[in-house]
Amino acid sequence: MVLEMSLKQSTPKTEASNDVILEVKNLKKYFPITGSLNNTVSQVKAVNDVSFSLIKGETYGLVGESGCGKSTTGRTILRLLEPTEGEVIYDGQNINKLKGNDLRNIRRELQMVFQDPYSSLNPRKRVGTILEETLKIHKMGNKKERTEQVMNILNKVGFQREHYYRFPHEFSGGQRQRIGLARALIINPSIIICDEPVSALDVSIQSQVLNLLEDIQQEFNLTYLFISHDLGVVRHISDRIGVMYLGKLVEESPTDELYTNPLHPYTKALLSAIPVPNPFVKREKIKLIGEIPSPVNPPSGCVFHTRCPFAMDVCKQDEPIMKTLDLEHKVACHLY
Amino acid sequence: MSELLLEVKNLKVHFDTENGTVTAVDDVSFSVKQGETVGVVGESGCGKSVTAESILRLLNEKHTHYEGNILFEEKDILKFSYSELQKLRGNDISMIFQDPMSSLNPVYTVGNQIVEALLLHQNLTKKEAEVKAVEMLKLTGIPLPEKRVNEYPHELSGGMRQRVMIAMALSCKPKLLIADEPTTALDVTTQSQILDLINELKDEFNMGTIMITHDLGVVAEVCTKVVVMYLGQVIEEASVESIFSSPLHPYTQGLLKSIPHIEGPRDEKLYVIEGKVPTLTQIPKGCRFAPRCEFATELCRDKMPQLESYENDLKVRCWHFKDIQEKRGGLNGIRNESQTVNS
Repeated sequence: MVLEMSLKQSTPKTEASNDVILEVKNLKKYFPITGSLNNTVSQVKAVNDVSFSLIKGETYGLVGESGCGKSTTGRTILRLLEPTEGEVIYDGQNINKLKGNDLRNIRRELQMVFQDPYSSLNPRKRVGTILEETLKIHKMGNKKERTEQVMNILNKVGFQREHYYRFPHEFSGGQRQRIGLARALIINPSIIICDEPVSALDVSIQSQVLNLLEDIQQEFNLTYLFISHDLGVVRHISDRIGVMYLGKLVEESPTDELYTNPLHPYTKALLSAIPVPNPFVKREKIKLIGEIPSPVNPPSGCVFHTRCPFAMDVCKQDEPIMKTLDLEHKVACHLY
Repeated sequence: MSELLLEVKNLKVHFDTENGTVTAVDDVSFSVKQGETVGVVGESGCGKSVTAESILRLLNEKHTHYEGNILFEEKDILKFSYSELQKLRGNDISMIFQDPMSSLNPVYTVGNQIVEALLLHQNLTKKEAEVKAVEMLKLTGIPLPEKRVNEYPHELSGGMRQRVMIAMALSCKPKLLIADEPTTALDVTTQSQILDLINELKDEFNMGTIMITHDLGVVAEVCTKVVVMYLGQVIEEASVESIFSSPLHPYTQGLLKSIPHIEGPRDEKLYVIEGKVPTLTQIPKGCRFAPRCEFATELCRDKMPQLESYENDLKVRCWHFKDIQEKRGGLNGIRNESQTVNS
């Protein structure tokens, strides 16, 4: 057992030291709430000082409940939303400072797969045209080469040549999600941000898409930022996981460590709240009282103190800083 | 022990569509006893919601044709007149819907909506009904019910609205509660609160409950009996213990294996049920699961199996379930493994 543990810790550590591919530093995204005169009355602090980094070839899972800012984080990294503050560093460049051509070039490396397979594909365009558009925007190849490339990528995600000419409505949810993945893959990116890619799918289809994501990752040596609220799915696919609550990253850890030894009280509550498909196990539940506070007026100190069963006086005043413990396990909590 | 509350017998629901008649529910039978929670599971399009809605006859009957019987306390709901239905709905049988955002009326206060149900079904004055409404909200664990009762749905969060729905559904002490994906739109921490609440109230009122869900975790947590549906048919029915420890139908087995767990060993690859659910206009001739089943034979593709009874109240619709069970001495393999890890 001891041997096993030490083996497990050594792998992520060596990885961590070499290849950070993307670094997110103190990222903030505030949405203004405007009054009747279009003046900013207050702000929704959707992402509030989030820092983490992606290691080449890994899958980093970002989990949390709705409204915790996980999707906004993903979108802000790609600058689909303009960040309020902070840096996102890819290949030595701060993405947040880029403009025009430079930004477009970097987006060639960073692609996204969206949650809703029904609204993320243009219903009036053929699948081939949808995929080719990406190549056109990035001015890659001539017409013939582009068509060939699209055919290739369709093949990679399990379609035949004839699917090139079909419309999105002719496909099921799982198939559309594979088209979404093909669109992200076609310009050969190094990072794909997957925003809840399987949450709109049924269980039997979900496992098909998850397996495909893993195969593609191996083949193309991709790094994933995998955003999801489903802790089972995230556990299956991720190497490391960050847990978000109310715009903050509260815990970050390698996957197995997080599920066997969650540290933050929120992570503990979250894990214990999941209904496990096993009627023979009765688990101790940590019950959270009340609801997630509004991100317009997040609580002072630790954002979780209003619902935390272990809250102390210090939690109401001081914001906890992220501490690194053993096994690359990081937590922002006054208990540690 | 406890008496039979609802019995669905060979229910068929046909819809008229532009492309002819489709049969969304085909020969579904199951029963609910007092105090029992029956889970109806299946993927989207399997007919689980249509089954639930037929029990209260909520479907538009211009385009819907029923066959079979739905016996509630030995009376056939399918033969009820409109006024008999009115007396039944929200009084003896209540329903909680999936989406708490759109199932409350936005222009009335939540108190108003609870009071409406009470005035319709119970002999109460308006004052009494208002007191009862506050009482019901309190029962569902809403803080400051006296204040909340005068608020509009938009002022409440998703979890709160679902609590209001539950308060409304339970206000007339129904004998049967139908919960159609009651927690699907909610976050996990809220979901666990709501499931606990439904469980507690079920015991308090000794209700029969039908829990419709696609989440096998929810089933394991709250149900006593499970009905698994695929493409409009019941393919397996068993106690919750038996479904999870020794599923008989290949579809149930596949479904259980393809969920990523939060406990137990982490598999390299998830199990995949190949293909997709066919549409209702292209129903396979033989066993409906045959095109996706790894054990399918000529017989399966040719002839539809019937829902057969097997020992201990188990029912399964499969030609080969006995062979499959034998072939896979370790059919319970995965489940057993995770159990040992947990214990």
